[in-house]
Amino acid sequence: MTNDHYVVIVGCGRVGSILANKLSAAGNSLVVIDIDESTFDDLSSEFSGFRLAGDATQIALLREAKLQKADTLIATTHDDNVNLMVAQVARNIFKTPLVMARVYDPKREQVYQRLGIRTICPTAVAASLFMEALAGETDRDKESAL
Amino acid sequence: MRVIIVGGGKALYFLGRNFASKGYEVAIVNKDPEECRRLSRELTVEVICGDGGDEHILAQAGARRADAVLAIAPRDQDNLVICQLASLQFGVPRTVALANDPDNVEVFEQLGVSAFSTTNIVGSLIEQRAALEEITNLLPVGEGRVNVTEILLPEDAPVAGKQLKDIVLPENTLVAVVIRDGDPIVPRGDNDLRTGDTVVLITLPENHGAALKIITGEGR
Repeated sequence: MTNDHYVVIVGCGRVGSILANKLSAAGNSLVVIDIDESTFDDLSSEFSGFRLAGDATQIALLREAKLQKADTLIATTHDDNVNLMVAQVARNIFKTPLVMARVYDPKREQVYQRLGIRTICPTAVAASLFMEALAGETDRDKESAL
Repeated sequence: MRVIIVGGGKALYFLGRNFASKGYEVAIVNKDPEECRRLSRELTVEVICGDGGDEHILAQAGARRADAVLAIAPRDQDNLVICQLASLQFGVPRTVALANDPDNVEVFEQLGVSAFSTTNIVGSLIEQRAALEEITNLLPVGEGRVNVTEILLPEDAPVAGKQLKDIVLPENTLVAVVIRDGDPIVPRGDNDLRTGDTVVLITLPENHGAALKIITGEGR
């Protein structure tokens, strides 16, 4: 990703804060939103963006974050429904060009992919990594048996 | 008619009771096991304990054969997702979401989900009651899409003394009946309106306020 993007991140947990720190360090303009102000402690000294405490399901807060000017929105709260709502609001109302949401529930993920929301499902990702690792082990067992 | 209500609290309890008494087949979805036990003790409806945003739970509540899903949970994001899952995954024909934040009524409508806000409804009811003693809402017709209102024309009514054809009312507004000294008249353009007349007005909700303002002159 080039480094002059305006990125709004909703949810400053472990994933959100890592993303915020890295994207900010790379020179992008960042706004990080979380309902719990204490999560901003996880932002490093590399982070030079804005912190906004509040509920991102309220459209007024998204306007305050100037989402209408953003190139990208990433929704990474721990709550699937918050992420799905914020992602849809960004895509359909603020017309944010790139919108991504974390969704833990694989079934919910499928529904929203159909609505054109780009989703990342940590549950499915972890499961497929385990499966790959398992397949690798089995292959090695076969090889050593030969 | 099969209705699924997702949420909690007093509103859920009374809605469930009300719908059940009308003979609807009602299923209630609630997250809290304690509240679920209480609900199933007190109501003669199906109670499913779980997250209404979970497909399994909706399926268990009979979403496949439901005619309507009503999501009245305290968090707007849950209500949105519940309604979207019900309509996208189960083809439920009518879904309605409570928007706790009144701004979300418009947001939800833009995302394709019907929504209502109790704040807006209660607010406008209070305004109507408080400001307009001379106005009685007779009945909503056509599932609330049409208002029939009775207005006693006050002395300072700007339309008093004018002929109907000279009164510019918004679109989709009709002065259906004028009652003068106890006699009802179905008026035409050359009938006039007078102080003390009772006017029966038919409006659509979107221009109800504007029509009332023209007739009574009070800003609201």
